[in-house]
Amino acid sequence: MNVSIVDYKSGNISSVINSFKEVAQNKKVRIEVTSDLNKIKSSDKVVLPGQGSFKSCIDALNTINGLVETLDNFAINIKKPLLGICVGLQMFADVGYEEIETKGLGWIPGKVTKINNQNGEYKLPHIGWNEINIVKESKIFKDIEDNSHMYFVHSYEFIPDDKNVILATTNYSSNHVCVVEKENIFGTQFHPEKSDKTGLKIINNFINL
Amino acid sequence: MLKNRIIPCLDVKNGRVVKGINFVDLKDAGDPVEQAKIYSDGGADEICFLDITASNENRDTIYEVVEKTSKKCFVPLTVGGGIRSIEDINKLLNCGADKVSINTAAVQNSKVVADSSKKFGSQCIVVAIDAKQNGKKWEIFTHGGRNSTGIDAIEYAKKMEECGAGELLVTSMDRDGTQVGYDIKLMSKISSKVNIPVIASGGVGNLNHLLEGIKLGGASAVLAASIFHYGKHSIKEAKEYLDSKGIPVRI
Repeated sequence: MNVSIVDYKSGNISSVINSFKEVAQNKKVRIEVTSDLNKIKSSDKVVLPGQGSFKSCIDALNTINGLVETLDNFAINIKKPLLGICVGLQMFADVGYEEIETKGLGWIPGKVTKINNQNGEYKLPHIGWNEINIVKESKIFKDIEDNSHMYFVHSYEFIPDDKNVILATTNYSSNHVCVVEKENIFGTQFHPEKSDKTGLKIINNFINL
Repeated sequence: MLKNRIIPCLDVKNGRVVKGINFVDLKDAGDPVEQAKIYSDGGADEICFLDITASNENRDTIYEVVEKTSKKCFVPLTVGGGIRSIEDINKLLNCGADKVSINTAAVQNSKVVADSSKKFGSQCIVVAIDAKQNGKKWEIFTHGGRNSTGIDAIEYAKKMEECGAGELLVTSMDRDGTQVGYDIKLMSKISSKVNIPVIASGGVGNLNHLLEGIKLGGASAVLAASIFHYGKHSIKEAKEYLDSKGIPVRI
């Protein structure tokens, strides 16, 4: 099996690469870090990481000619499993409001807005380990207990229109969406690659889908 | 609920872990990769490497340490010490660091913080503030605590938040290495003035000091070195202690 981690020169993806390689080492899985459109197209699974702002990630995707179309095709037409991590998940939305209103990939209708910090009562970014509340069972949660801890770093949250796509939430000032699934498209707001053994399980479950 | 983090800090020199008492008189406490792995397996919420002699020596050893560690530890890894430029940050992140902590360079030129948080995202930019009490105020020190600057620590903290720092790592130079506890006044002053998380550092000698840092100092995370290194306490003991006192921790 080939898993492609999309390298679109936005943010630091070495931890994502290391964690996928760690999980894949005893399997017949090849982890490819690439921005090559043909490689992405022929992959069995795609990972879309994302760090920095919504706008900077979308801009970076657009810098590589044909990348957005290739990802669109993979996610919407080919319908093979795709995992978005952090801003990678946020970009599924129609629109994001970080820095400036920016059009997203539009795979899961909804928007990305700043977390309400209740007039400074909650510090932002939301950094650290928080529990996930699983609201819907999924293969991605195999061997993951409800209220497991995951590592978060974000100031913005994804608000999907259709609440049925929500698999888990986390509470920080209010409940935020932290795992979504829509057909073949998965996303985590937390960083499974930095969430120790539980996070590696999520990665393992994605590889095993 | 968001948990308070416990961060063991490993001082690294020439690829080996050391811990200075007030930044001198160094002892060797082993291999950083192995130590980091022991800490992450033991429940550390993050690992911090501080390259203590980076300002004046060859830095290449730290890149190797970071690269090896990030292949074995799957919790966040912060690296600080001697970071001068966007290029240094880029190199560390590429080696597998998740965050970098910038100290002297941020004092000398706040643009480094503004530019790097824009380029890499605030989530990976930690500004390290070394402060020493001077009358009723706290003054910023640079170069591993050797140089005074005359800059007010509280105002500087606010400025760094505005520049885009994702977190502040606040070390009391008066307390560092003394094991008498964090400078709680300094921590609480800064944490109440900024809206980004504060990591308390400098002076931990027992588990109650960690509790004070969070409860009285308002810190989101507590950093300590020697109480963990020499086996005085494990991360697990620290978490169980904090849990028994009602502090939310990841167990």
